[in-house]
Amino acid sequence: MILLLEQLLNGLQYGVMLFLMAAGLTLVFGIMGLINLAHGSLYMIGAYAAAWTQQQTGSFLLGLAAGLAAAGVLGVALEMAILRRLYGRAHLDQVLATFGVILFANEAVAMLFGRQPLMAGLPRWLAGAVEIVPGVPYPLYRLAIIAVGLAVAAGLYGLIAHTRIGMLVRAGATHRALVGALGVRIGLLFTAVFGLGALLAGLAGALTGPLLSVQVGMGERILIATFVVIVIGGLGSVRGALAGSVLVGMVDTLARAYLPGALRGVMAAADADALGAGLSSMAIFILMAAVLLWRPRGLFPTHG
Amino acid sequence: MVETPRQVVVLLASFAVMAGLPAIAAAAGRPDFVTLGSQVCIMAIAAAGLDLLMGRTGLPSFGQAAWFGLGGYTVAILAAHAGDGSLPGWVTGAWFAWPAAILVPAVLALGIGALCLRTTGISFIMITLAFAQMFFFLFVALKAYGGDDGLSMRRRNALPFIGPRDDVGFYYVCLAALVLVLLVLRRVWRSRLGVVLDGIRQNERRMLAIGLNPFPYKLAAFVLAASLGGLAGALHVNLFRFASPDLLHWTQSGELMVMVVLGGLGSLWGAVFGAAALVLLHVFLAQWTEHWMIVLGPILVAVVLLARRGVWGALGGR
Amino acid sequence: MTRITRRAALAGASLLATPALLRAQPAPLKIGFVTTLSGPGGYLGADIRDAFLLAIKNDTLGGAKVQVMVEDDGLKPAQGKQIVDRFLKTEKIRLFTGIVFSNVLEAVAPDILDEGAIYVSPNAGPSSLAGKNCHRNYFVVSWQNDTLHESAGENANRLGHKRVFVLAPNYPAGRDAITGFKRFFKGEIAGEIYTRLDQTDYAPEMAQIRAANPDAVFQFHPGGLGIAFIRQYQQAGLGGKIPMVVSSPSLDSTTLNAVGDAALGIEVSAQWNSDFDNPVSKKFVADFQARHNRMPTYYASQGYDTALAIAAALKATGGRVDDTEAFRREMLKANFHATRGKFRFGSNQHPIQDWYAIRPQRGADGKLFLKTQGKVLSDRGDAYAEQCKL
Repeated sequence: MILLLEQLLNGLQYGVMLFLMAAGLTLVFGIMGLINLAHGSLYMIGAYAAAWTQQQTGSFLLGLAAGLAAAGVLGVALEMAILRRLYGRAHLDQVLATFGVILFANEAVAMLFGRQPLMAGLPRWLAGAVEIVPGVPYPLYRLAIIAVGLAVAAGLYGLIAHTRIGMLVRAGATHRALVGALGVRIGLLFTAVFGLGALLAGLAGALTGPLLSVQVGMGERILIATFVVIVIGGLGSVRGALAGSVLVGMVDTLARAYLPGALRGVMAAADADALGAGLSSMAIFILMAAVLLWRPRGLFPTHG
Repeated sequence: MVETPRQVVVLLASFAVMAGLPAIAAAAGRPDFVTLGSQVCIMAIAAAGLDLLMGRTGLPSFGQAAWFGLGGYTVAILAAHAGDGSLPGWVTGAWFAWPAAILVPAVLALGIGALCLRTTGISFIMITLAFAQMFFFLFVALKAYGGDDGLSMRRRNALPFIGPRDDVGFYYVCLAALVLVLLVLRRVWRSRLGVVLDGIRQNERRMLAIGLNPFPYKLAAFVLAASLGGLAGALHVNLFRFASPDLLHWTQSGELMVMVVLGGLGSLWGAVFGAAALVLLHVFLAQWTEHWMIVLGPILVAVVLLARRGVWGALGGR
Repeated sequence: MTRITRRAALAGASLLATPALLRAQPAPLKIGFVTTLSGPGGYLGADIRDAFLLAIKNDTLGGAKVQVMVEDDGLKPAQGKQIVDRFLKTEKIRLFTGIVFSNVLEAVAPDILDEGAIYVSPNAGPSSLAGKNCHRNYFVVSWQNDTLHESAGENANRLGHKRVFVLAPNYPAGRDAITGFKRFFKGEIAGEIYTRLDQTDYAPEMAQIRAANPDAVFQFHPGGLGIAFIRQYQQAGLGGKIPMVVSSPSLDSTTLNAVGDAALGIEVSAQWNSDFDNPVSKKFVADFQARHNRMPTYYASQGYDTALAIAAALKATGGRVDDTEAFRREMLKANFHATRGKFRFGSNQHPIQDWYAIRPQRGADGKLFLKTQGKVLSDRGDAYAEQCKL
């Protein structure tokens, strides 16, 4: 029971991380109709900038700020230099051009920082564990990530439901052409939305550093899971991204924790763990395929 | 589709270079050129199949590597079983293993294609990716066939007249397979199927309106693309005598898409030039700098943004 | 690509341009050095390479002119195979070394050996190549994988642990690790988990360890994996509560720097440590630090010993490797002083050596370092030697 509780928290923490990525990706798709594979690169850039700054200055918070700034600035630059030209294009063109951006970003980071992973430590006030229920310590830092993620979700809800930008975002997601026709400076809106998404990706990357190792290629691994999330949630829907993130985080973590054990009854430990790991990695894709076949537009479809 | 005289000249010249490659390699003292040539032929087969789906029919599949890997694993698994005696030795003959490597993906593609084709647009891209990822993790999980560590194949599939270590002979086999595939695809392009597929890409509703159900045609293209992916995978595993889940990695699917677009989307012959361009870029940029991808990335962006006709468009002048 | 390979690539390019006749001087002996330089395991390969090259003075090893061609396999067996294929066919290399990871070695070793070339391992020693499938041209200078972890198993006995939870990645060396540990550990296994080699988040495993509440944890996660594991172990509140017993790959001087205080209390075992009191080791540590400005790891010592072993054989054969039987005779004599002290080859051409307990400590300068405690195993060969018929 206690073990299950801990695994549920692990699932939630992974889900929150996915949400930080998915929110930006799904907004960009919803409003600009762009599939941006390079979103994972912004996550990697955030992680590297944060870890490097933290190594240089010794300050976790400065690192966090640097991660956000680097991802935000480079994100906006990327939008203005390349992605802007892809908005009206076929999805295939978008996939390929942003695939090219991934290759470039990975190599640029490898040249700057080398191929060895960077390590970022935790500040004392976030290290260690707290007892969530008596006798069950849980890493404080992972709890902090959950809190940040939920705060971002609440903030995004406020932004989208109650502000003028939010109104434009909602309008843009459902009637893209109309918003432009209303005389809104659509280019500026696009850049702003993209910048917000980049900022969130940078935040996710910066938060990841102390948990995992910061290395080239880290962006693609979370990118694929993020796409699963937004496809399940319904492309363009932030609400769907939240639901999809938690669902994918839970399914992935629980499958990973319990499938091998279930298989051990029938085969050797090494084989059971390999099969369990493989099947649990497949789980989210099976989930996505099932959702797509059942509701091709995802759980929370946006476009009418 | 009728090639212009200029295109015919380009094709014949390219074929002459390919046919003379082993001699060129020997003269230059670079036997690895032969391996490169085989790689180009193999990737071109997979890319040409994908072009039928992506370029001709307008269905961008992000899962072509699944079929590539399935074909490769089919021959490697047959060889592994023949090696430990659980299957008779003749299953490692190319006459059996290669058709099997085409058939296994084709049958699976029939079922999976029927599911995937219920979606369109970005959903299609994503669901093909999802199925490819499932196969990727399946092979990672199968410890019996090496899992992550991959599965070595002690010797190539037996071919008449060509020894298991004859790299030049194997290169000509790959080249012959490529030429055969291209001639078949050219017929398909010009057949009723090809014309309908073109119509589907331009306007699927119009096809429906004239009383044609596009579904079986799309499925046929999907299965054909998968079969060619399987054949290419079988040849690839024969070339390196090694199968690993990397064959099915999503970046492999991405690279195949890149080859098609680099060569010229929907142009059939383009796939060959796209495959050649990417394989050669990889090798020669990698010799020049370890960070070759920093050059390849911008090239890719530039091709998408500026040079949409690809290499074939530039060479063939259309 | 390292500086050396780039030079090699240029040489390859100029080879295209000039007729072979114009090349003066006898060509140096080419050594194919395939290793892992990128990813979380990248510093392992870099350490082995740097130490190997440290033993080469003026392009000379054992009196023979050599040219080391270094390439990165990226921890991908397929990539390793392509490099080896090119090295064998285009560069005509007959002597290979450098591979870090067992899965890469298992994939490429048959290619090298089938071609009649020689492989000398500075690190990986998978069980699959130590027993029935041992080979006359295949030598291991480091250790057979299992023995690393046999020493950890014996160390766990010594420390009095009764119930141990074991974890390792699911690849050949990971499975060898758990086999080796269990072979010598006399207590009960509280739980056994195989992680993924590309896994970086161990949160679910931490929860399972806590639930099993063992006396100690044995884990094998080389390089960057180990860093992530130990840090997350600490973050989960397990560090300091449940002791950890590991073998050298899971805690070396590089990972020690990265994990910091979280390493205190971890019990390590290894065949070499940087505080060894013999002249070869002392000179090696001093030279390595002088040239690279960092502490050499176990991997580095293995790379250096490998170079010394090859040097001794080359010296005796006059720098020739084409007569593989002559090379083998000289190689097996192990006519050199290793950094680890006592060293000889067993019947399957894997080492017979001593194993030591090691513990991270805080030095007088406040920095952490690894301190040798005492011998765990003496003259240990490996469990597969008797299956090898050479």
